[in-house]
Amino acid sequence: MLKSLRSQLTTLWTILSHTFTRAETVQYPEQKPYLAPRYRGRIVLTRDPDGDERCVACNLCAVACPVDCIALQQDVREDGRWYPEFFRINFSRCILCGMCEEACPTNAIQLTPDFEMCEYDRNNMVYEKEHLLIDGPGKYPDYNFYRVSGLAISGKDKGEAQRELPPIDVKSLLP
Amino acid sequence: MSPLATALFGLAVLAGAVGLAAILTWFERRLLGVWQDRYGPNRLGPLGILQVVADMLKLLTKHDWVPPFADRVVFVFAPTAIVVAMLLGFAVVPFGEHLYLLDLNIGLLFFLGMTSLAVYSVLLGGLASNNKYALLGGLRSAAQMVSYEVFMGLSLMGVVMLTGSFSLRDIVLAQQDLWFCIPQVLGLYVFLVAGIAESHRLPFDLPEAEHELTAGFHTEYGGMKFAMFMLGEYLGLILICCMITTVFFGGWLGPWLPGPVWFALKTSLLICFFVLLRAAIPRPRYDQLMSLGWKYMLPLSLFNLVLTGAIALWLRGA
Amino acid sequence: MLALFYFAAAIALIATAMALTRANAAHGLIYLIVSLLAVAVVFFLLGAPFAAALEIVIYAGAIMVLFVFVIMMLNLGRSADEEERELLAPRYWLVPGVLAACLLVELAVISFAAPGHSAGIVVSPKAVGLSLYGPYVLAVEIASLLLLAGLVGAYHVGRRFIDRSGGNKS
Repeated sequence: MLKSLRSQLTTLWTILSHTFTRAETVQYPEQKPYLAPRYRGRIVLTRDPDGDERCVACNLCAVACPVDCIALQQDVREDGRWYPEFFRINFSRCILCGMCEEACPTNAIQLTPDFEMCEYDRNNMVYEKEHLLIDGPGKYPDYNFYRVSGLAISGKDKGEAQRELPPIDVKSLLP
Repeated sequence: MSPLATALFGLAVLAGAVGLAAILTWFERRLLGVWQDRYGPNRLGPLGILQVVADMLKLLTKHDWVPPFADRVVFVFAPTAIVVAMLLGFAVVPFGEHLYLLDLNIGLLFFLGMTSLAVYSVLLGGLASNNKYALLGGLRSAAQMVSYEVFMGLSLMGVVMLTGSFSLRDIVLAQQDLWFCIPQVLGLYVFLVAGIAESHRLPFDLPEAEHELTAGFHTEYGGMKFAMFMLGEYLGLILICCMITTVFFGGWLGPWLPGPVWFALKTSLLICFFVLLRAAIPRPRYDQLMSLGWKYMLPLSLFNLVLTGAIALWLRGA
Repeated sequence: MLALFYFAAAIALIATAMALTRANAAHGLIYLIVSLLAVAVVFFLLGAPFAAALEIVIYAGAIMVLFVFVIMMLNLGRSADEEERELLAPRYWLVPGVLAACLLVELAVISFAAPGHSAGIVVSPKAVGLSLYGPYVLAVEIASLLLLAGLVGAYHVGRRFIDRSGGNKS
């Protein structure tokens, strides 16, 4: 009884001493909190250093997405590059988990430190490709998928990519 | 005082108590914020005080809904009981030497009666809601109130013994030399604990215990009817603090300042203390609450009673 | 003052009648509480403020709370209401009602025949205490013995129940 009374009095004193400590609250709209560059916020689609779309519409992000908020349709351009005909993210479903970013083989889809996406109309939360696509390369400024992949597109044939040897002609007997 | 002055003063007390209870909803949140290292409502108006108005507007404009499975008449009647009883309790509080509504010679008993009537609000609210959480909340409050009322009354009897009167004015006047918080420190402690239980404030808010019973007895209540419950709770808090001031801390007595100012100061300090209790002390389990009541508080108050009687007799004999 | 008295008395009578005739137990209890409060007002007007306060604190504030508590535990439904309604048939209450009416008439005759009832003396709490521990001390002691016996009996019954269910001692 006396022991518990003492512990309660200690509690009261501890709380009372907090009268003179500063509040931890961040006054949000006026005072923005610091967000790390790798913070997982609004999703964007990035471009190559050349300015072309990075996304090759492989659908891995749509498969990885646990809430199925990504929808896209693949198409092939005349120069051989793959690209999404449409790319749609429903942000009212998105849980900003970053699975799509991890799944993406071309670093096209990236999460940004921005979470302020309030809308009065729920339909405005559905972002199309033109809303998602940004002009820069995002977190990987030098990365260009078609420069490192073996796929032949117009202007770059097989074996011309970085750190790639010319293809071996298996039908030739020459060493 | 003339009848007109009395009526006006009565209205002033009513309006003051209700207004204070409304402001207390904001003040308590701010104070809790101070002690929990955060701000509390600070957006509307200076220091956020207009939050009171915003909350009131919200509650007033909410849908006044009675669930179809509830006992309609009792459901609507229940929240009024606590407000009426608590406001009636303010009638016997002496705010200053000549500033009081009623000087009943049973003032203390009147206060006890009014607080015990306030229980019905919780009980009937829980019963009429026809909801198991509300019923459990009501059951808990019934057991809690009945057991804590016993020694709430007993803890005050030591003061009555020393004063020889139930009149609150006489009790204050008897504290000219020494406030009763010193000779009656056990009584003060028991009354404080019982007061928290009686106004079902946070350490003892088992009737509403939102972690276990969603919202306890007012689970089904919304809008203005819910607001009445909250108003009653805050009125009860103010009333208990007024009572502790009157009975144990010398009411309006104090040097230099006028009496009512002293009364207000002491009462507000006590209200702050109650908020501190809410900020600091966790809620006990239900059986702990009951065993605290019957195994420690009741013997303590009886011991206090016997001791006070013995000392009073000894002093008279000497 | 007289008008207030008759008003409170009328409320007490009506509330009691309603308490008797309600089929729903909870409603009946609320009327009973109102009746007790009205009786407290009557006591106050008759010059017995202490009795009035005790009526509110003990009867309305504690005993009726326990009644409501029991009602809550019983889990009465609509079927209980039906049962109660059947019990309110005249053949159940006619004979006790007539007997009670006879008593009421007798009480009225006695009170009107007895001369000089004055209700002007205010009995202070102190006077109640002095008479309780003065001339009536034996009655107080007997009542306290009775309560003590009740306490011991309740403890005995409760202890047996706890032992049988095993554990649960804290």
